[in-house]
Amino acid sequence: MTASAVPLIWLVPALPLAGFVVNGALVFAAPGAKRAVSAIGVGVLLLAFAVALAAVLGYAGAGGGAPEVFTYWSWMAVDKLQVAFALQVDPLSCVMILVVTGVGALIHVFSVGYMYEDPGYARYFAYLNLFVFFMLILVLGASFPVMFVGWEGVGLCSYLLIGFWFGEKANADAGKKAFVVNRIGDFGFLIAMFLIYQNVGSLDFNAVFAAAPAALAGVVTAVCLFLFLGCTGKSAQIPLYTWLPDAMAGPTPVSALIHAATMVTAGVYLVARCNVLFAMSPVASSVVAGVGALTALFAATIALQQWDIKKVLAYSTVSQLGYMFLGVGTGAYAAGIFHLATHAFFKALLFLGSGSVIHAMHHAYHATHSHEDAQDMRNMGGLKRWLPVTTVLMWVATLAIAGVPPLSGFFSKDEILGAAFARGQAQGIWYLYWAMGLAAALLTAFYMTRLMLYTFHGPNRTGEKESGHLHEAPWMMTGPLVVLGVLAAVGGALNVPAIVGGGARLERWLAPVTSAGAALLPAGEVSPGTEWTLLGVAVLIAAAGIVGAFRLLDLNALVPARSAPAETGFARVLARKWYVDEIYDAAIVRPVVWLSRRVLWQGVDQGAVDGAGVNGLARAARALGWLGSRLQTGEVGFYVVLFVAGVVVVLRAALR
Amino acid sequence: MFLTPALAISAVLFAIGVAGVLVRRNAIVIFMCVELMLNAVNLTFVALAQQLGVAGQVFVFFVMAVAAAEAAVGLAIIIAIYRHRETVDLRDINILKG
Repeated sequence: MTASAVPLIWLVPALPLAGFVVNGALVFAAPGAKRAVSAIGVGVLLLAFAVALAAVLGYAGAGGGAPEVFTYWSWMAVDKLQVAFALQVDPLSCVMILVVTGVGALIHVFSVGYMYEDPGYARYFAYLNLFVFFMLILVLGASFPVMFVGWEGVGLCSYLLIGFWFGEKANADAGKKAFVVNRIGDFGFLIAMFLIYQNVGSLDFNAVFAAAPAALAGVVTAVCLFLFLGCTGKSAQIPLYTWLPDAMAGPTPVSALIHAATMVTAGVYLVARCNVLFAMSPVASSVVAGVGALTALFAATIALQQWDIKKVLAYSTVSQLGYMFLGVGTGAYAAGIFHLATHAFFKALLFLGSGSVIHAMHHAYHATHSHEDAQDMRNMGGLKRWLPVTTVLMWVATLAIAGVPPLSGFFSKDEILGAAFARGQAQGIWYLYWAMGLAAALLTAFYMTRLMLYTFHGPNRTGEKESGHLHEAPWMMTGPLVVLGVLAAVGGALNVPAIVGGGARLERWLAPVTSAGAALLPAGEVSPGTEWTLLGVAVLIAAAGIVGAFRLLDLNALVPARSAPAETGFARVLARKWYVDEIYDAAIVRPVVWLSRRVLWQGVDQGAVDGAGVNGLARAARALGWLGSRLQTGEVGFYVVLFVAGVVVVLRAALR
Repeated sequence: MFLTPALAISAVLFAIGVAGVLVRRNAIVIFMCVELMLNAVNLTFVALAQQLGVAGQVFVFFVMAVAAAEAAVGLAIIIAIYRHRETVDLRDINILKG
């Protein structure tokens, strides 16, 4: 028997966990041992990637297709509810662990350069390792509860890392917001699990999906909608997307790893994993696709008018996640996962590139003791002189996300839009989703070009003194950028569609997972002619966005953030993000706070519990005691009267 | 043959004792009224012993012994109170008022 690496799969999550334990101990034992922390933090990720790669190759070598489940121990055993701690290797989890460990390892390397000066260096790597551990549990878990452990764990790490610099209240608040908003989604996930267990009697993926067509037929729409509620929280979709832009308060590599490449894609993974359930419910599928398309368009409009470089990327992430949901909602599960992978490449690159820019800006302002905003694009401009490597790589990522062939984003985005269009033949509403996706693509090309022009081109607005201190990041940071740049450029090769002579490899690789769901969907084939037309339209749209940005934006008219005038009119609405935060604040947060304070606190707690309950009982006891004390007059005569009266009553009763 | 008058007298004596305890304020007088009630009961015992056997007369001796003990303790308490309060009027002795 040839030694296959598949049974070593437990090492993939175990290594980052060991890294967390050791780095966590170093936080207390030797927080200054930065070399040891870097070696462990990065080392476990590289090792995990190597093991994952070996396992995936072993799995593919054995033919692939059928899921291999490794059960380690019994976790919950209560009567009929039997949940084992089990990991599952199948084509979908293979893709996910490679993305998580691969992109994760690159971002860990980048972090060494980016965070080296930070006093919380050991704590940072401990959290980052812990995050990777939970993310791997999420994608490897063989049942809903095991996945939920990862699901909650990544939420915890996200909270810890958003509020990493908790000294500033705004950062701690952003972490709290992410945590609370995610709770709403997690509630949906839990309800869905309860419904599944009630109807199927098991929570293992394979058992549930095998039994679903018969056992879940009645409640499948409810199950899917509750699951999707969980997805909207974790993956930042309307209506629960508001935490993600605020999450940019964390360190930039965290934004790249957690809030762009991996954690926020968990919802897409969940839908793809449960493709049988979603395919069974056309209503839920339509909701997923519709919310995805709407989010893609909506977030793209907000990104048009943001000045913080990371905020633009955050809304871009929300928008791209919308694309992924449009894909998986349409039934193009492979296309959604494909976009997930390519997005991980180019968005991680964009975030790390912006990290490199912020690093340079921060150093420049630090050198001159200036307090300007190092993330505001109005303070940048012309940075290509000082950051040539970053500029080139970010252009690659920008063209990829805009959908310029033959870069990776072109293939993945086009595949989603093509699938939506094809489904439109069966259900007309998908034509609308397709059109929204196309409009979002136009905006994407525009706002990304805007970001590039404002940051790297035109005159420099950093300041006379400061610009002398700008410099390219060290190789420790540019190295991962180069690797990601290559991936962002050629990542499309994973799944070149048949129409342009490709083998659609990822689609065929994922077919064992997605075929069960795909079999339940209406067939939607489009003719090669239509397909070519769609390709052409997508390219034209991307080109229009880029050219439009070059034409419409006047780089010389920009002034530094300090002296910039406030936006007016519609630009103001966009800059204020459609006032969604304000609306949520007025419609939900304030009423809840009011309810909590006036009714629950001052009414129920202070009034009913404290007033009627605690103090009321005490008062009643005191009143009774007072009544009793009235009997104790101290007058012996009175006592005697009572005594005699008592004797009379007793005698009367006795003599009857 | 004396039973009816004897029981009547003892009832009257007992009623006088009860009334005295109820209406008088002087501790000594109340004390004497209690003795009156005890002796009313003694009279009843003796009267009924004529017909029902000697047990009633035996009880009378018990009651007298208890009454003697009560007199000793009760008078001692009254004297102790008097030393403290310079009065034996029960209206002035009400420190147990709730």
